[in-house]
Parts: sequence; structure tokens; C-alpha cells
Amino acid sequence: MLKTAGRAFVLLLVMTLITGIAYPLVVTGLDQLIFPHQANGSLLYKDGKPVGSALIGQNFTAPGYFHGRPSAAGKTGYDATSSGGSNLGPTNKTLLAEAAKRAAAVRKENGLAANAPVPSDLITASASGLDPDITPAAARIQVARVAKARNLSVAKVQALVNQYTEQRQFGFLGEPRVDVLRLNMALDALTGR
Amino acid sequence: MKINDLAQMGFYLIILVLLAIPLGRYMAKVLQGEKTFLDKVVGPLEKLIYKVCGIDPNEDMNWRQYAGALIIFNVLGIVTLFILEMMQGHLPFDPEKLGAMRWDLALNTAVSFVTNTNWQAYSPESTMSYFTQMAGFTVHNFLSSATGIAVAVALIRGLTRRQAQAIGNFWTDLTRSTLRILLPLSIVGALLLSSQGVIQTLSPYLTVHTLQGPSQTLALGPVASQEAIKLFGTNGAGFFNANSAHPFENPTPFSNLLEMLFILLIPVGLTFTFGHMVKDVKQGRVIFGAALILFILMLALTYGSEVAGNPLISKIGITGASAMEGKEVRFGVANSALFATVTTATSCGAVNAMHDSLTPLGGLAPMLQMMLGEVVFGGVGAGLYSLLTFVILTVFIVGLMVGRTPEYLGKKIEGFEMKMAVLAVLIPSACILLGSALASVIPAGTSSIANPGPHGLSELLYAFASGSANNGSAFAGLNANTYFWNLSLALVMFIGRFGVILPLLAIAGSMAKKKIAPVSAGTFQTTGGLFSGLLSGVVLIVGALTFFPALALGPIVEQLLMWAGKAF
Repeated sequence: MLKTAGRAFVLLLVMTLITGIAYPLVVTGLDQLIFPHQANGSLLYKDGKPVGSALIGQNFTAPGYFHGRPSAAGKTGYDATSSGGSNLGPTNKTLLAEAAKRAAAVRKENGLAANAPVPSDLITASASGLDPDITPAAARIQVARVAKARNLSVAKVQALVNQYTEQRQFGFLGEPRVDVLRLNMALDALTGR
Repeated sequence: MKINDLAQMGFYLIILVLLAIPLGRYMAKVLQGEKTFLDKVVGPLEKLIYKVCGIDPNEDMNWRQYAGALIIFNVLGIVTLFILEMMQGHLPFDPEKLGAMRWDLALNTAVSFVTNTNWQAYSPESTMSYFTQMAGFTVHNFLSSATGIAVAVALIRGLTRRQAQAIGNFWTDLTRSTLRILLPLSIVGALLLSSQGVIQTLSPYLTVHTLQGPSQTLALGPVASQEAIKLFGTNGAGFFNANSAHPFENPTPFSNLLEMLFILLIPVGLTFTFGHMVKDVKQGRVIFGAALILFILMLALTYGSEVAGNPLISKIGITGASAMEGKEVRFGVANSALFATVTTATSCGAVNAMHDSLTPLGGLAPMLQMMLGEVVFGGVGAGLYSLLTFVILTVFIVGLMVGRTPEYLGKKIEGFEMKMAVLAVLIPSACILLGSALASVIPAGTSSIANPGPHGLSELLYAFASGSANNGSAFAGLNANTYFWNLSLALVMFIGRFGVILPLLAIAGSMAKKKIAPVSAGTFQTTGGLFSGLLSGVVLIVGALTFFPALALGPIVEQLLMWAGKAF
């Protein structure tokens, strides 16, 4: 019994060294060497300063920016130290009220009719609260608003949206999507902000 | 139903099987101590480890010694991990100065990781230091899954050895599984994931000035290394709270495909390993077939329900999928439904969508898979030994029906084995039902419920199913970080793990002692499609009989009410 416990303890220690220290450090070393951009968070830079990660959504409320999905991360949304979803169940009145409220807001800010259909991703909170993407439909519905706020032609903004629409990976994996931060950075670059 | 959705699911299953077949053969070689290509690198390291630890690799243990070593090793793991969590403020790699955890949470978490459950009652990015995640969690991600493999292989030895006492050596099974199976897969897996954008850094959190302002702090960490073993070991604990929905853990549709492959590769591979080790590949295929039948049924239920969606949301006037709450755009409905099925078919418990927000029947399938005892391929090792429990039950039931002596692989199944097999099925089921019954009548249980109506009961049921089956996924609205939930789930996770392992090792011991009778005309065939069908049927019948009443009061009634337009 005592002998077994001794063996167990030493083995646990050795395994901790191998799998808990050596393994993550070796992977860190290899990743920093082979995939430094990805390993450090796929950061995007503006004027040499990091403005965020291409993979992590941000809060956008100004009319001149495309808006991302509702976020349940942290108190004000898109808190990247507090990821998570709303965890509201499908028959929860809070969820339904929130969704209806968001739909009304989307219609209002984009000048749509009171019964106009709204892309579902714009009225539901994402799983991570940090979803960087919206669907192409959700981008399309915002084009006129953004164009107006920036004094650009609708065609020009729509062309930019098309350019930043990622198709299914390898043609069939996942869903088509638009990375909101990268699209907004391209907008800023276009209008020289 | 969309063609593209089906194409993705079909592609996934085909690639999975194509990779699992050679892996199964390789694992059989490793577990039987045969030569493999890693001998030159790993061989000397193993010798050194055995020397340092005073382990005699040639020692052959009887089932009591094997179980003793396993229990001592795992309990020691719980104790040391508990201490590590309480001390993390005084240890290195804590750039965010996160400090110690409350004792009940630390205990729950220690049990959770050592039992391969990886239930998380905490939000990691604001609780766990890099050191705890690496030297604590990553280590037990390896060791808990290696423990699962060890039990499975010990059981196989019990089924194949003739009139023997011993069922192998726990120390070498554990070491070989870790160094020759889990570690090499994880290194390759971590790099593949990083190519897609999974981060791997020891830098502190980074605060950036966002485009619109004001600022955002990006939680970082050594994620890829933990991510890979979290999936390969069917552990499932996220480096971040949002788990595999977090873009730093699962950034692209391709990383998502990889992650789903990683989760099922070893469990599926082990069904083939079983065939090789019993020297009859058909015996492995029949188990694979039974689990595949169940998997496809469950996937159809989850996917069908999620595509049908939520009529209460549709009423608002939308385009696109109605069940997008708690899902990510890059994955959409199909990949979220597939991931949810994969992660609960095994005991993984990683999530790429929030299960609490799934449609009622979409959430029922994951719950049911856990209640069935994680036998739809199941956890690493754990899935195979739980499936073999059901094989024993099936052989016995069928033997009664057609009037033949129950035999499996030439060994008679007698009273002792049946008692142990029934225990292994009853113990987790009792944990789930008694636990949720208790939680639903006392304030300490019900006060943690987040969603009103029948969904609240589903949250309780899901929590105990997840703990008992050592899955670890959650209906995460439930506020699980309370004394009641931390302690009751710690207990259930412990019983759900070792309350199955011990009876199975006892079966291994008693089967090893038996003679192997030659196949005769009176032997019931345990190969072929018929037996696959019988096996999956027995799993479903036992599960349905045990859990239908509870499920009817939770997800089933919720689905009916949702269709009727009722909200709570």
C-alpha cells in the first residue's frame, strides 16, 4: 500500500514534468516558431498599434460601422476576459423579449418597415459572446446605413462587403460569413479615418 | 435539411473511420507491448521512468492489485490537484494574479479533472492561472484518459486470457498510453489547431484600443496544447469559459472539423483495437456498428430539431436559422448540432454551442447519450469498457430468450459477472435520478436554476447526467458554483467513475480465470449485423426504461409546449 503510494506519487511527478511542463512549453516553442501570428492571437494593427484580434469580435454601435451580433460576454458585451453565451432556454420569455427588442432596434436603425424580416444572427446572442462574424445577409441589411453615415455610395460599401465575405472553407465547411472588425477596418481605410 | 449540411456530416464520418482504422491497429500494438515506430524515442524514456519510480514493468497484477494501484494513483491525483489550486497564488505563471479558489470549488474541480469529467463550475479566464491550467489540468487530461485506456485493456485481457490470475500492469498501461498514444497525437493536433488560429503563448492578457473604442482586454494563454489533449482525451474542459465556441479555441470551420475528429478518433479506434486484441476483427466491428447506429440516431434527432428550430423566434420575423441563440455564425446549425452529438456521444463535454439554448429535443439527445452511460463510442477507454458491459448484458438477455448458455468470446457468463455488469449500469443511473430528485425538491438545488418552466428541470437532469457520466458539458445557465452543487457533483463524478471501473475490473479478474470453450453449434454468434442491432437495442431499452419518465417532464414536455406557442 505504502509502496504503491510512493510509486504513484513519483510517477505523478514525472508525468507532470512531461505532460504538464515539457509538453506545453515544447508546443509553445514550436508554435511561436512556425505560426507566430496565430499563436499570438491573430492580431490586427492600425498605425503600428494592435486594435484587436481578427478572431475576436468587438462592440460597434456607431452608425458608420457594421455591427456585430448581440453579446452576452461581460456586462456590456464583447468582454474578452469573460466569454460565454446567454444560456437562455428556447422557451424563456426573457430570450423572446430580448430578441423582439433587438429586432425592433435593427429595423429602426436601418430604416426598415416594422414587419421587415431581420437576419436571425443579429437578434440572438452568440455562444462565445465574442463571435467575430455576421452572416452576409446581416451585413447586407446594414449597407445603406453605413453608406449614408460615411457619405459613400451603396454600391461601393456593398462591394467591400462582398470582398470581405468569406465563403465556406474549402467550398463546403461551415457557413459563409463576414468578419466585422476586418470589414470595419477596411471601411476606415477607405474613408481615411 | 440542406445538402451541404449532410455533405459535411458524411465527410466527417468517412474521414473519422478512415483514420480510426489504422489508429486502432496501432493502439493494439502499443497496448500489447509490440514493436512500434516510436520505440527508439519513447523506449529509453519509459525505462528511465520505471527506474525512477521503482516500477517493475514485468510485474503482472491480479485485479485487486490493479484496482488498488489505479485508485491510489487517482486519489493522489485529486489531492495534489486540490493543493495546487489552493496554492496557485504562490506558484509561477500567474501573470493575472488570480489567487486561490474557494475550497468546495477547488475540490469539485480536482475531482472533475481526475475523473475525466471536466465539469467546470468556474470561469477559467478569471479563475485559473496558466500554471494550474498546464501543470494541473493538462496533466490530468492525459492521465485520466490513460486511466480509461488502462481499464479497457485490462478488461480485454480478462476476456482473452485462459485460466489466468493476472490482468496486466497498471503502471505500464498508463505510461504507454500516455507516451505512445496521447502525447504524440496531441503534439500534432496542437500544431494543426494553431495553424487555424488557436493561440499558444505565455504572455499576459493584452489590452488593445479597439476601433470604435474604448478598449478590450484579450485573455490569452497556452491554449493549443491544452485544446489538443482536451479533445483527444475526451476531457472537454475549455481553456476559456466559452470552451470550443471561443474563437481562440476553435477559430474556423476546419479547426471545428479537426476538433470533432480528435474527440472521436480514439474511442472509435479502440473498438477496432478490441477486435485486434481478441484476434477477431469482426468482434470489434460489431461493437463499432452498434455504436454507429446509436450515433446516427442521436445526430438525426439533434440536427432535425435544431433545423426545425424555434417557432417562438420565427414569429418575430426573421431570415436565416431560428435557433441561432448560443451558436456561432462560422459553425451555423449543422456544425453545432454535429459537435453537440459528438461531444456527448463520447464523454468529452467540450461545446461549440451553448447547450442550454438548444431546442428542447436538440438538448434531449445530448442528455440521453450521457444517460445511456456514454456508450455511443464513449470516452477514451471508458466508452469501450462501458460498451463491453452492455455486450455482457446483451449476451445474457439473448441467451435467456433463445435458451442458450450465455457465452462471450468462449467464456461463460455467470452470476458474478452479471451482478457486476448490472452494478456498473445501475450505479450511474441511480446517481443521476437520485441526485436530480434531491436537487429538484430542496432550495439549495432549485435556487441555482436559470431558466423557468420545464427547462429548469432539464438543467438539473443535465447536470447530474453530465457529472455521473463524466461528460462535463452543461446546461450552463445553472449556477453550479455553490456548496450544494460543487459537493454533490463532486460526489457523483467520483461514484460515476469508480463505481463503474471497480465492477469492471472485478469482471476482468473473474473472466481471466475461466476456460475458453471452443465454438460449437450451441454458441450464440456475437458477430454480424444482428448482434449490432441487438446490442444497440439493449442500450436503448435500458436507457429508455430508466430515464423516459424524467425526460418526459423536462425536454419532451418543453418541446410540446414550445410547439403550442407557450413561453415561461
